[in-house]
Amino acid sequence: MNSILNYPLDNAKILRKKKSIRKALIANGHFTQKNIAILGGSTTAEIKNIMDLFLLKNGIEAHFYESEYNQFYEDAVFNTESLTTFNPDIIYIHTTNVNIMQFPQACDSKEQVNALHDAEFKKFQSIWQALSLLNCPIIQNNFDLPQNRTLGNLDGYDYRGKTHFINNLNNAFAEAASQIEHLHLNDIHYLSSLIGLNTWFDRALWYQAKYAIGFSAIPELAFSLSNIINAIFGKTKKCLVLDLDNTCWGGVIGDDGTSGIHIGTETAVAESFTSFQKYAKSLQERGIILAVCSKNDLNNAELGLAHPDSILQRDDFTAFKANWEHKHNNIIDIATEINIGLDSLVFIDDNPAERDIVQLNTQEVSVPNVGSDVIQFIDYIDHNGYFEAITLSTDDLNRHTYYEQNKQRNDAQSTTTSYADFLKSLNMNAKINAFTPLYLDRITQLTNKTNQFNLTTKRYTMSDIEAIASDQQYITLYGRLSDKYGDNGLVAVSIGKIVDDTCHIDCWLMSCRVLKRDMEMAMFDALAQQCLQRGIYKIVGYYIKSKKNSMVAKLYKNLGFTQVDCSGDNTQWEIALTQDYNNKNQHIMVTHD
Amino acid sequence: MTKDEIFSGVQEIFRDIFDEDDLVIQDSTSSEDIEDWDSLNHINLVSAIEKEFKIKFALGELVSLQDVGEMITLMIEKMK
Repeated sequence: MNSILNYPLDNAKILRKKKSIRKALIANGHFTQKNIAILGGSTTAEIKNIMDLFLLKNGIEAHFYESEYNQFYEDAVFNTESLTTFNPDIIYIHTTNVNIMQFPQACDSKEQVNALHDAEFKKFQSIWQALSLLNCPIIQNNFDLPQNRTLGNLDGYDYRGKTHFINNLNNAFAEAASQIEHLHLNDIHYLSSLIGLNTWFDRALWYQAKYAIGFSAIPELAFSLSNIINAIFGKTKKCLVLDLDNTCWGGVIGDDGTSGIHIGTETAVAESFTSFQKYAKSLQERGIILAVCSKNDLNNAELGLAHPDSILQRDDFTAFKANWEHKHNNIIDIATEINIGLDSLVFIDDNPAERDIVQLNTQEVSVPNVGSDVIQFIDYIDHNGYFEAITLSTDDLNRHTYYEQNKQRNDAQSTTTSYADFLKSLNMNAKINAFTPLYLDRITQLTNKTNQFNLTTKRYTMSDIEAIASDQQYITLYGRLSDKYGDNGLVAVSIGKIVDDTCHIDCWLMSCRVLKRDMEMAMFDALAQQCLQRGIYKIVGYYIKSKKNSMVAKLYKNLGFTQVDCSGDNTQWEIALTQDYNNKNQHIMVTHD
Repeated sequence: MTKDEIFSGVQEIFRDIFDEDDLVIQDSTSSEDIEDWDSLNHINLVSAIEKEFKIKFALGELVSLQDVGEMITLMIEKMK
């Protein structure tokens, strides 16, 4: 039933069968509860219904607040009280070009048009400002173009044109969203042009029911929104796993040899594979990990990538499985090697039998039915929103390098005699400090996507983290780790809440790329020192079991805590600190600002 | 397409929209008879019928219709 909510969407079927789709989704899943407020500039009932389905598909059971018809402005600016009571996790502002107060008229001067632009933009600014009190992410539509242009093509470049006016507003929205951390744009300007303005807007439906969007466009809109929400909650994919023969190049390298495969720009077929490789390469450049999973001899596989016209090089792949094993076993190995969950992988293979067997055996992996024609592959990756992002952090851009360095470390490990010697040989340096504005973004991102080394799996919004960073009641720590192979970036976060004379560890997490490096010890040492400085001698730790964090179930025990409580799989631990606290970390040189 | 075929196609749509697999409609069925048949679901119905039968109702055409029978008569007219 999940597949109906993937690209390409069968919009008519989704709309018609939404009730039975919902039942099926509810029946087979566990859900996180989220409150979602929809502030609409037109009717939103069906948008809400279909959004609900896409969110359920992604493991989110949403509770909705809907503003009264066209009350988006009033609700945001004057009615924040009832929104505050609702306590939204996300606010979605569904406005479109029908909500533009006044378009330019043919007799307007340039100054008058600028004034109209400013008035419109300020109205939205005041909405965002009022809503920022609610400390939650805001998703704002930009504007779709109207279907008709009184000025014809001139509408796009004369300052009195509606198209021109909307384009300027969209630029202003884009600028605002890049400035305001918690403001995210839902690009309906793109979406409406992708599906066509004639499908996007349905005049009859607008007159009859005040829907500013055609019914068959609603699933597309809801899909787009659910992708942004996925990105906000850190649920997007991290790794693209590619088959080689007839996926990355045309033909079979083992049979056809380097000169026989289709890649390059010589023929149409070759060009289509080249363009797929370019797309994969551009994903890699923005931080998506690439892996190969191919039934091939290793040397043949490498030969194919060594083709002079190949865009993708052997080094672009962080994991490389070319052998004759079952692909699902290779995919499990890839996930283990890179240290990410199976649900972070997307697998692309032109062979339907291989896709089926992988999907059957590793259900968490996303295996879109891409067909067998490479021309379609990009759309299946792109329009499914697997790699939707709300920011591009430096860490994202460097991710590939981190995994590369990790491989070098692993190699070094196998040539060093003892593990302690290996750690020593790494010459590790850590910076551990209280949260600073520069890193709030990355810290928020980590709290939302770290699953394995995460004691409480508490998710925080950017605003939560800002609030905590400036609250004296909290001890906040982030840790960066570098070694002789390079900088791992910001990889660890701890949040301790001081209540009376006790520090409660609300959040403790670490990126898996620095597992078993003593970094967790260093983080605990820093927390203990902070406690002692504040005269706090008791620390309480919580382990809240999730599907993925069993690796830290015994962490507190190993650190010398005593278990004081237990409910189900969740445990609570305590430790008493003394002034002569001995650091547990042996191998990392730690500095504090 | 015969009236019976149209009728059973429309019935399938009703069953999907109201999620009742054994829902049976008649010529005389109206919004009085189906609890969930409110104005929002009405749009869903119309939009599904338009898609399925590749027809388009004009503005106001549906306002005066009293029941399923009249709707199907209008559909037959449009499909001619």
